[in-house]
Amino acid sequence: MTEKKIRVLIAKPGLDGHDRGAKVVARALRDAGMEVIYTGLRQSPEMIAEAALQEDVNVIGLSILSGAHLVLVPRVIDLIRANGQEEVKVFVGGIIPEEDIPVLTQAGVSAIYGPGTPTTKVVQDIRDAFSAV
Amino acid sequence: MVDLDAVTRGNRLELARLLTEVENQTPAGEQALDRLFARAGKAHLVGITGAPGTGKSSLVSCLAKNIRVAQKQTVAIVAVDPSSPFTGGAILGDRVRMRELAGDPGVFIRSMASRGELGGLASATAGVVQVLDAAGFDFILIETVGAGQSEVDIACLAYTTLVVESPGLGDDIQAIKAGILEIADILVVNKSDLPGAENTARALRANLDLGYHLHMNHNGAHRMTIKENEVRNTPAWTPPIIQTIATQHNGIDEVVAEILKHREYLIDTGLWQKREQDRLRSEVYHLLQTGLVKRWQQSTPPQVFERLLQKVFARELSPRAAIDSLLNGSYN
Ligand SMILES: Nc1nc2c(ncn2[C@@H]2O[C@H](COP(=O)(O)OP(=O)(O)OP(=O)(O)O)[C@@H](O)[C@H]2O)c(=O)[nH]1
Ligand SMILES: [Mg+2]
Repeated sequence: MTEKKIRVLIAKPGLDGHDRGAKVVARALRDAGMEVIYTGLRQSPEMIAEAALQEDVNVIGLSILSGAHLVLVPRVIDLIRANGQEEVKVFVGGIIPEEDIPVLTQAGVSAIYGPGTPTTKVVQDIRDAFSAV
Repeated sequence: MVDLDAVTRGNRLELARLLTEVENQTPAGEQALDRLFARAGKAHLVGITGAPGTGKSSLVSCLAKNIRVAQKQTVAIVAVDPSSPFTGGAILGDRVRMRELAGDPGVFIRSMASRGELGGLASATAGVVQVLDAAGFDFILIETVGAGQSEVDIACLAYTTLVVESPGLGDDIQAIKAGILEIADILVVNKSDLPGAENTARALRANLDLGYHLHMNHNGAHRMTIKENEVRNTPAWTPPIIQTIATQHNGIDEVVAEILKHREYLIDTGLWQKREQDRLRSEVYHLLQTGLVKRWQQSTPPQVFERLLQKVFARELSPRAAIDSLLNGSYN
């Protein structure tokens, strides 16, 4: 009895703020039939990579409110690639200045969602990425 | 596909991938289980159950930390949360309470969704636990939300079952209704910093004493599989009731001490082995049933079955007579 589920890790790296946005996305993904591992606030890149490994996730969603994304996001990606999870997709949600977007894309981020992005778009993008699998 | 040697050598990526195969019950996963079976059976499986929000994950985190530091043993954690029956999705949030275990290579945490299939949770969990056992973890802590049959099944899997209560949670009557006290080897009253903890502990003690009169020599051997006369000569295990404050690491030493004591008790009385054998016996029996039905289905045209059913519907044959005629070949 084979049952495949898309597993998504939702994490909030950095020291700032609340995780309302992350929770909204987590719920939308659950409602779309995905299994969402929710790790909570103030996660270091090391903690995120460790959880992604143990949980064997397909997707990591990073919720960023301000500031240190140029450091944190590439660091997460470096760690998960070093762990051998080459195929894991990483998306970022939050306020990212226009000029930083190419930097993050270059680092391997597959999608960036600004404030006000409908959650249906996030769901659809993930589904599209895994429909071939 | 999955490198089993790497799994048993401690490769965490391979382990994580194998757990996915086993959870999805793929052929690769089932073959791996067959091959790893001989290596499993060494870990102490501990179930942690109780109503939502009583502090199970917080407690699991404390227990793991304590076992790592004081016992110098490795720990795997399997945290099960319910899937949505409508969408099949799930939010698995137990890791939020386990931050302090991050970065410890002697700990491995895996979240699982119940995926809502009847009996499926128990078998998928058993598979996941077997892999972690074969991978060499000394303790495997299994967290489930106490809400029905599934945690009774998981209690069957565990050697030691902790039931976690907290003060002011609709209290003792509810616990008894759910039959959850009966599966407890150790009772924990967590959140003992909150008012009413003493009362909860006292109510539990009263209920337990009552339960023990009803169940006579229950022995912690639980789950009805053990006939009373088989255990009559074994000294009884009375579940201790321990108050904890998981958020302050309070009372954790005592819980770990009781877990170790319970293990010793099971081994000394032969119940450890008996419990394992009972579980394996029912697993083999269960597989036999499924296998026989499958074989029968392959060798019998569906029309035969359908025709017979029609006779049952028309009340010409009782269900039992129908099966008799099917099995001895006298149908038609
Ligand atoms: N006051 C107090 N709060 C606690 C204690 N232990 C846990 N909590 C809090 O209780 C809440 C639930 O804790 P969890 O550990 O997530 O409980 P759980 O039983 O695993 O919850 P579910 O998995 O959702 O059923 C959290 O806010 C904890 O911080 C305690 O000893 N005292
Ligand atoms: Mg929990």
